[in-house]
Amino acid sequence: MGKVINIQPITRIEGHAKVAIHLDDAGNVVETKVHVQALRGFEKFCEGRPAEEMPRIVCHICGICPWAHHLASSKAVDACFGVTPPPAAVKLRRLMQNIAYIGDRILHFYFLAAPDFVIGPDADYSVRNVLGVIQAVPDIARQVVKMRQMTANMLEDFAGRAIHPTFSQAGGVSKPMTEKERSAMLPLAQELLEFSQFTMKFAKDNVFPKYLDAIKTIGVIRVGYLGTVREDGAHDFYDGKLRLMKPDGSYEDFAYDQYLDYIGEWVEPWSYQKFPYAKKWGQLKLDLDDPVGVYRTNCLARVNVVDQMATPLAQAELEEFRAAFGRPAHFTLLYHYARLIELLQCAEQALELLNDPEITSRDIRAEVTPKAGRGVGCVEAPRGSLIHDYETDADGLITKVNLIVGTTHNNAPINLSVFQAAKALIHDGKYDQGILNKVEMAIRAYDP
Amino acid sequence: MGVTVAEEWLNACSGCEISILNTGEALLDLLPHLNFVHIPVLLDHKYFGQTGEKTAFEIPEAVVGIISGGVRNEEHKHVLNEMRQKSKILIALGSCAAYGGIPAQANMFKNDEILEKVFRGSPSTNPSPNPEHSDVPKWTNTVQALDEIVKVDLTIPGCPPHPDWIADAILALLAGKTAWALPERSVCDTCPVIREKKSVGGPIKRGLTNLDFDPEAGLDKMRCINEQGFFCIGPVTLAGCAGKEGVPRCVQARTPCRGCFGPIRKGARPMVDMMGALTSVGLDPKTLVDRRAIMNRYIGAHGYLTVLPARPGK
Repeated sequence: MGKVINIQPITRIEGHAKVAIHLDDAGNVVETKVHVQALRGFEKFCEGRPAEEMPRIVCHICGICPWAHHLASSKAVDACFGVTPPPAAVKLRRLMQNIAYIGDRILHFYFLAAPDFVIGPDADYSVRNVLGVIQAVPDIARQVVKMRQMTANMLEDFAGRAIHPTFSQAGGVSKPMTEKERSAMLPLAQELLEFSQFTMKFAKDNVFPKYLDAIKTIGVIRVGYLGTVREDGAHDFYDGKLRLMKPDGSYEDFAYDQYLDYIGEWVEPWSYQKFPYAKKWGQLKLDLDDPVGVYRTNCLARVNVVDQMATPLAQAELEEFRAAFGRPAHFTLLYHYARLIELLQCAEQALELLNDPEITSRDIRAEVTPKAGRGVGCVEAPRGSLIHDYETDADGLITKVNLIVGTTHNNAPINLSVFQAAKALIHDGKYDQGILNKVEMAIRAYDP
Repeated sequence: MGVTVAEEWLNACSGCEISILNTGEALLDLLPHLNFVHIPVLLDHKYFGQTGEKTAFEIPEAVVGIISGGVRNEEHKHVLNEMRQKSKILIALGSCAAYGGIPAQANMFKNDEILEKVFRGSPSTNPSPNPEHSDVPKWTNTVQALDEIVKVDLTIPGCPPHPDWIADAILALLAGKTAWALPERSVCDTCPVIREKKSVGGPIKRGLTNLDFDPEAGLDKMRCINEQGFFCIGPVTLAGCAGKEGVPRCVQARTPCRGCFGPIRKGARPMVDMMGALTSVGLDPKTLVDRRAIMNRYIGAHGYLTVLPARPGK
């Protein structure tokens, strides 16, 4: 047996993991493993908590996507208590979700991913980072920081908190939006839309064409996709049904509460993170040439499964994307492209919602009575379909929690992508920091 | 080049790091004074050299070491010790590092119970043995705060900490100071609501209805949340969640405080003090549902939350 190359820690991602690349005596890659080292146990320690407290407990699962957990949890509790939030409450939840995701997408593209593309994947690590980006393109960087701060301020000024929110409640939300708050937010949302358009153009002119080779080679795998679609097949972050697409593009739709019929979770001894797989496709097989049961989530999956985007500018981009890469598009680095198509939709939808007269309705919370029940709440988190499945007792206290989060869905495909990238890049025992960074790029693509 | 800084995250969610990035344009002004030598969220510095060629785990020396997250496994402990050794001043950033945070709710359960649930008690999971591998760090017995294991020089609490305080603490260090702490005030000291020192009475209400308030009017026209009969842990919680100015964030959302900045001072007994605060406005602490967990939501380390022989009601 040859040597093991350890990449530890994996950097510029949100999370704790390492990669081990196993080489044979000739120095060629025989196996790779992505070891996820974090486990906290939310599924157990939420037992006994009053269900209405859940949205403000489980948001702490992720500091990048707290709004996704906050809303999936609210929907699960709504379902446990059998309550339907008023339309304005749903619109306010959606508005906050879109604003939060705008900030998130900007963060990922410019701060986490851009160093590989703006500075270059082979550059020394001392400059291949956000500080290097700031030096390389100071005007854009200042604009990025300003836009991110703006999304945080919009969330905080209205909903109190940008990170780990408390706004969404069982049966609705905690406060209505006043006309004053609405009109203060409108020009800001307009500015975010303009910046989103700028970002898409910047990426299409300066980033994607330059890295077309990398896009076609790094981390490429051929697997299935999972994401939410509306009844009419359009993209939606907040509600709809799940669509599970095979690598050939054929698909099956199912309601959120049917997820156990379609998704199983496999456990491997070498990672705390489980491996969700499409049960109906067979036993999970992490074989690069013939994977079984493997599907991906997050933006690339969503733009693959939807029939269309929900807004006009995003739809125009999707059409261009599909003309270039087909449906489903399989190149892993296209996650970065798909993320920006979604950024546009978030910005367009935020504006749409702010222009909706119902957004300032005072009817924002339905009456809630604790009771025994089960509720499956699902939203699309930045990283993918997020499933919260709760059961409550007669007092409305939590008795069971099952969570499948975005990142976990992508565990199997990330492992395959890393194996593919390592195999393609490392030969005869030759590698350097630039090559190992390209292996990590296969992971970064899947991040929020 | 500025002062050298190393940053790490342990049993954390990355919210603290996002809070730093939310500092906005002030961040750009601060950055030239900081020389990051290690920060996994932003910088590709590796523990065993850039190609994994070294045999010893190494984080570079730094004047300031910042750690978010508490300690949940052996690897966290290892990283914490290395950070302590290599940093002149060690900062515990956020309430997980300071008090265990939300993940320390796990301290109410035995490790075996939790792992049993996660790997064998979930309806979607193929029941399997707990993962065990040299690259999967073993859990420690409980979730701990950093100062239970090493000396911490400076604490910036909060979930997340407000960027104002992160910048303030770092600027103090840049100015040559070695100590910094938030002012000892309670959330109530910064909360503008109307207080009449008397509640509406009755059992403490769960968060099943919204607070009573006029959305067009400011918080100074809203009655205190405890006095409205709901549970708000502001009286025994350190102020500062909204930064140097501004009203408490959760109250801004018209929701009660749950104590994310932790106790007002070291050695405080927030649960005892809070029962006193409730009693003083005529509420019966015994009527608070899930009292122990809710009162210790962010501070379960330091022995505040432990496994009880039998849980109430079971």
